[in-house]
Formats: sequence, C-alpha cells, structure tokens
Amino acid sequence: MTAAAAGAAGTRAPATPAAGSPPTKHPRHLLDLAGWSAEQVHALFDTSDVMAQVMTRTIKKVPALQGFTVGTLFFEDSTRTRLSFERAARAQSADVISFAAGGSSVSKGESLKDTIKTIDAMKADLYVVRHPAAGAPLQLTRWTDAAIVNAGDGRRAHPTQALLDAYTFRTAFPGYAGFEGVELAIVGDVAHSRVARSNVELWTKLGARVRLCGPRTLLPDELGGRPGVTLTHRVEEAVEGAHAVMALRLQSERMAGGLLPSLAEVRERYQVTRARMRLAHPDALVMHPGPMNRDVEIEGVLADEPRSVVERQVANGVPVRMAVLYTLLVGSR
Amino acid sequence: MTLNPKATLMDPQDLGRALTRIAHEIIERNKGSENLALVGIHTRGVPIAERLAQLIERFDGSRPLSGKLDITLYRDDLTEIALQPIVRKTEVPFDVTGMRIVLCDDVLYTGRTARAALDALVDMGRPGVIQYAVLVDRGHRELPIRADYVGKNVPTSRSEVIKVHLEETDGADGVELLELVDEA
Repeated sequence: MTAAAAGAAGTRAPATPAAGSPPTKHPRHLLDLAGWSAEQVHALFDTSDVMAQVMTRTIKKVPALQGFTVGTLFFEDSTRTRLSFERAARAQSADVISFAAGGSSVSKGESLKDTIKTIDAMKADLYVVRHPAAGAPLQLTRWTDAAIVNAGDGRRAHPTQALLDAYTFRTAFPGYAGFEGVELAIVGDVAHSRVARSNVELWTKLGARVRLCGPRTLLPDELGGRPGVTLTHRVEEAVEGAHAVMALRLQSERMAGGLLPSLAEVRERYQVTRARMRLAHPDALVMHPGPMNRDVEIEGVLADEPRSVVERQVANGVPVRMAVLYTLLVGSR
Repeated sequence: MTLNPKATLMDPQDLGRALTRIAHEIIERNKGSENLALVGIHTRGVPIAERLAQLIERFDGSRPLSGKLDITLYRDDLTEIALQPIVRKTEVPFDVTGMRIVLCDDVLYTGRTARAALDALVDMGRPGVIQYAVLVDRGHRELPIRADYVGKNVPTSRSEVIKVHLEETDGADGVELLELVDEA
C-alpha cells in the first residue's frame, strides 16, 4: 500500500512501516537493551533526531502523545533523570503523574506490588521506574498492563542513559561514520555502575569495543568475558587511541565496607585528565553520566573543554527519551 | 484483501501537464513568486513541491523556497493505531512567518493530513497565507478542508484506492485507480 492508499482506514499514512524501519517489532518494554537489535536502536536514534529538531523550535511541543499518560515511579533519588523523562513526556503532550518513594506510603511499609496496584488504578499507559533492587522493573511488568521503562535498577541496567550516551557520540564525534571500530573507554567505579553495564551492552551491540578500567576492587571480572570487552587496571592503556572516554564517579552509597579505595588513589591513578587524554584519539570525546565530582574522577578543567560533551549528554536525554516514549507508546494499542 | 487495478487515471504526460497548469495558477494567484514557498508533505508531496518550484522558476524567473514537512507527530489517530508510523525529518530551512506557503501533497482524501500539516506549520511561525495544492482530489472529506490547486478531481468510492507514482519515489510517473477486494 502506498501512503495515498491507506484511505481504507480513514487516515493517510501507511499502516505498514515504511522502508528503513525495523524489520521486527521492538520489545514492549525497555528493561535493558538485551532484546533490542542494532537496527531498532538506530531507528530509535533516527526518531531522536526528529525530536531534537522539535526541541530547537520556538514551540517545543508536539501533540504526538496527547491522550497518553506517563507515570514516573522513583523508589530511589533522582533529579535529572526524572526531570528529563517528564520533559520528554510533556513535550509530546502526554500527561504525567509522579510518584516518589520518599515521604510516600512506601516509607509506611507498603509492598512494591501494592504500590504499583494502587498507582495503576490511576491508569497510566507507561511507567518510568527507578528502583534500588535489580529486576524490580521486570517484576512490575507482571503486575500491570502498562509498558515499563527502566530508569535504573540497582547496579543492573540504566538503558536510557546508555542510549543517550551512544546518541551523543553519534551526533558529536567529528566525521561520525558509525560505531564499527570505535573504542570506548569507561574509567572509574565500574562495579557499582548500571550505566557501565548498559553502555557495555549497547556499544558492543552497535559494533564498538569497550575497555573497562578501574581499581581491582571496582572492576568485576565477569564483565571481561563478553566479546568486545577488555579489562585493564591502567588508565593509560584504557585511554590510548580511544574515541570516547567516559568517567564514572565512586558510588560510595552502594559500597560495602572495604571496597572503597582511598580518594587519593582514585585521583592519582584513575582520574581522567587532560594529560591522559593526549593518549586518546585526537578527536576523542569526554563523557560523564553525572553527577560529576570535579577533580576526583575527572579533572575539573577537562570537563569545561570543547571535547567534553557532558552538557550535551544531558540535553540529548530529552530527545532520546522522547523517542523511547514515542516508540513504546505509539502503535501499542 | 487484495488490490485489483481498475484504471489508469493519469499517464506521465497528463501528470506533467497538470503540474504545469498548477504552477501557472500558483504564479497567477500569488502575482509572481515573491515571498512564495512550496512545502511538500512526506512522502510524495516532497517531489511534487520540488517540481512545482522548478516549473515556477522556469515560468517566472525566480525560484521559490521549498521545504519538507513530516506530519506524523501531528496525526490525530496516534492513540488508536496498532502499528507505529516512522517519523521523518521536517526540513523547512526558512522562517515561515509572513510567507505565502503552498502545501503540496499527492492525494486529498479525508483532509486529516492537511489538518495535521496546518498545525505543524503554524507551530513554526505565522505564515501570511497558506494554500494547498494536490495532484488528485478523490473526495470523501471528513473535515472542512479544500484544495486551492487540483491536478485532477476523481470521484471514488471508499473501497477504491488511488496510487500515485512519481519518478523520484517510484521510478515512473502515473496515477492508478485500484479496488480493494475482500477475498473471503
């Protein structure tokens, strides 16, 4: 059927996806990136390009998700991720209901199941969930018919952060020619980082190689077994020739006693600095998922250099999450 | 459901003549090509806008601006549909405020696409005038919308389908009438 032929349905656009669209239907939820193909991710990035264009206009709003309701359920503190999702929903005219665990019935002892049942009675079409327990978003898919987007579960996954990181690389790397042959270095507290795990999954899927670097106690061996992933304790080795270098903060709040190396050691041996970046690819980007501790895991002045795309990562969070919401909601009925 | 060909409504010569006439009408109605911009609606409105811009340049001496509009994010049925339409880029590389805009599309049917296109356009600024050019008007409007320039009026039934082919998107020019047949 051509576009003109779709009249049978009373509307114009083709009911079947056009050429260049993903050949298979994407998963119903975004719990992690395991079920998403490289093609589906690139389609999501193409949609993000359109959403980014909307965000450059005077009127930064489209009616695409009018009539849909997005619920944000945050059982763990977050400011930027929650704001970014809410902005992404509202910029497409969706309604937003927000739930934060602090000061809620959760602190009065309500179970996760009862919480979701209660909120679900308010009829959202999609929930954005952050929870300290790995697997909580998956568990929620069994208790609601709504779509679930994982906004971070324990140290397991944070797929939209990885998507916006990779999307930032795609839009910001000079002469971007794809992820094939790209080397990403992730330096810092890899062990406690869901951002690192999701980025490993995504970048290797897209054809890049990932080098993980950190102190022995913060670099889990099991990640080294994956194809395309190498582990090193030497930051110089991780950075050499890399096209993007991502610094991670020490997640002291997730650390059991004894794991935490001294801050002095982290600064001395693992800080991403201007001097170390000289070993990287000449156009290499510096990334950080935030919140950033200047002069701990990243040299403060480096974060302000043009090659640092930290602010762009935050800005890209909105169009990428718009694309995620659009992709999961439209066509779901 | 299968589509059975019924008739050829326009051959390449008919299609070319219709566009030539529309280009002349646009020049006449707008008293030239000053402040004029042709905006094609994805997919087949885009080459139609380009061809009209070329023809207007040939007849009037200066080439009007042109752009591409994707209306997916403005559709009124996104909460209901079962399959997801692909979102494409809108490229309107000029300020629409004060411009005389001619929206271009291949087929005018329910009018819902034009409605969405109007919303998309006014979100970009405040055009002076918006006009609407289509290659085929097949009737069955669901909204109070009409075209300013029409290549061919074709009375159709709802079980019929109009297929516009263009060199740029389909390899050849032509307009076909087909019938949707229930095999069962």
